[in-house]
Amino acid sequence: MAVAAKKAPSGSNPKNQLGGLASAGINVFFVIYSALCIIPLLLIISVSFSNEQSVITHGYRFLPETFSLEAYKFLLNDIGQIAYSYGISISVTVIGTILSMFIIALFAYPISRDHFPHAKFFTFFVFFTMLFSGGLVPWYLVYVNLLDLKDTLWALIMPLIMSAFWVLIVRTFFKETVPGAVLESAKIDGAGELRIFFQIVLPLSLPVMATVALFQTLTYWNDWFLSLVFITNDHNISVQYFLYKMLANISYLSTNPTAAAEIARSGGMINFPSETVRMALVIVGVGPIVFAYPFFQKYFIRGLTVGSVKG
Amino acid sequence: MANATIDAASPERAYVKPRKTARGQYLRKYWIFYAMMLPGIALLVLNNYIPMFGIIIAFKTINYQEGFLGSPWSGWTNFKFLFASSDSYIIIRNTLLYNSLFIVLNMTIPLLFALMLNEMKNRFLSKLHQTIMFLPYFLSMIVVSYLVFGFMSDEHGYLNGTLLPALGLEPVRWYFTEEVWPIVLPLINTWKGMGYYAVVYMAAIIGIDDEYYEAATIDGASKWHQMKSITIPLIMPIITIMTLLQIGRIFNADFGLFYQVPRESGALFPVTNVIDTYVYRTFLTVGDIGLSSAAGLFQSVVGFLLVFLSNWAVRRFNSENALF
Repeated sequence: MAVAAKKAPSGSNPKNQLGGLASAGINVFFVIYSALCIIPLLLIISVSFSNEQSVITHGYRFLPETFSLEAYKFLLNDIGQIAYSYGISISVTVIGTILSMFIIALFAYPISRDHFPHAKFFTFFVFFTMLFSGGLVPWYLVYVNLLDLKDTLWALIMPLIMSAFWVLIVRTFFKETVPGAVLESAKIDGAGELRIFFQIVLPLSLPVMATVALFQTLTYWNDWFLSLVFITNDHNISVQYFLYKMLANISYLSTNPTAAAEIARSGGMINFPSETVRMALVIVGVGPIVFAYPFFQKYFIRGLTVGSVKG
Repeated sequence: MANATIDAASPERAYVKPRKTARGQYLRKYWIFYAMMLPGIALLVLNNYIPMFGIIIAFKTINYQEGFLGSPWSGWTNFKFLFASSDSYIIIRNTLLYNSLFIVLNMTIPLLFALMLNEMKNRFLSKLHQTIMFLPYFLSMIVVSYLVFGFMSDEHGYLNGTLLPALGLEPVRWYFTEEVWPIVLPLINTWKGMGYYAVVYMAAIIGIDDEYYEAATIDGASKWHQMKSITIPLIMPIITIMTLLQIGRIFNADFGLFYQVPRESGALFPVTNVIDTYVYRTFLTVGDIGLSSAAGLFQSVVGFLLVFLSNWAVRRFNSENALF
């Protein structure tokens, strides 16, 4: 929250501050609103730590009637599916984010150079994709019929690599932050464009690249739409898609072949604590990224405020 | 090439030659740029440009034996079917009404929050609240749908299980009750986007020069007057651009919000079906390629016109803020 810390509120003059009552009112208001942001998650956490039987009799409560770790124990026993889904989500996120950063930066650099005669054309080439789209059907057919990527990990990675929005943001950053004079003198010294890009432009653009990386990480981790559209078998089920299937159909876990084998091994269907397990899964699925976000928030906010500037 | 050398004096050669050299020079001089852009271009072509040509599907009766190009043309039949169905009215109405409401809420409530946050004396608390307010922004719609389910589930939900009995009220079957969703969905949308919009407005407010407030304090202006005459007018450009950007996308609904959060409850379709969910369901659940692509094309074309319209409006308001 670097934004807020820079300055005192509306003028540093102590006379120009709210009265005690109004000030207290604002404080109370935000305590309540912040609680509203956390409470829904607390409910889920509480259910995940409850005894299955008490959840079935009393419903979801904010405090577990009977504290129990059985849901998490079950997830540990069912490590096969959970670890597998985690593996899918992490692979997609890591590969997708790295490819995305490089391909976006490599595209943004030429169109940021004024002397490149086709810079305008290629800027429009990427910008136009924000204005018009062919719609879901032809897009689906390209991936499924033309590229034959149905049920593959590439179907979860490829569609999100080239984000037109971030290409334009990175281009603006290159244009405004990397001094043209430096690039010119590097050229005169005989450095090639690739060398200029990797040794001068990229190191100077770490803030914007970090922003892109963080947003793309979040996009890939939280994505379920591509799975919904392209994944039809029981392989390549990411964490988010696994959660979706669990909510859409509570018996999904028991119909999933990997999970079913685990359930059978751990004593059959009767002992399967489905209510608490799926809430435990949400906590697992919210993922490390969300718990880490307060540390990265500085970059997120920079990215968001950059976003409101002309691209 | 040989001909050109022989016929050196012909005017045609004189015209063609420089163009060829220029193109060759471009390629030789900038080949590295084209090479750098190649992966990006390939992805854009596959992911965006080829599908744009796929809009012809909306004008065809697709049968898989003859392929997409070979299938017979059907003219406007798919569109006639689309607009003859009662769905078309419902999805367009829902998309426009929900998005209009979202735009108003996203403009006013986060602005109010930003103004209040700005008045907080304790900087640490202000930072803490902003961080917590950002939490919903980072949750996937799947997780949000679980959070809503925790409260609104028929059997075990907190509302039916604890809150309503405590108030002496009968349980409600939330996922079958149409009336509550036009309230619930905007609430969720505002809650989820609050962190984003409040921070954007907050950054704009922080950027205002202190001098204005100093002068106003000396002149004895109240907080209310300062807000009305300094803060709001000075951040008006940001408010306008944020709002117009959303108006340009008024025909595109948030698929996750309308598909995940109501858990595809058929009883709620009259209030939760929007163009995006309709396109998805008609294509991948029902399997009607023609109808789905007609709805998709209609959405793209109207959306395209709206972007231009809102950009024209931005340009009229302040050409600095125009997108293009």
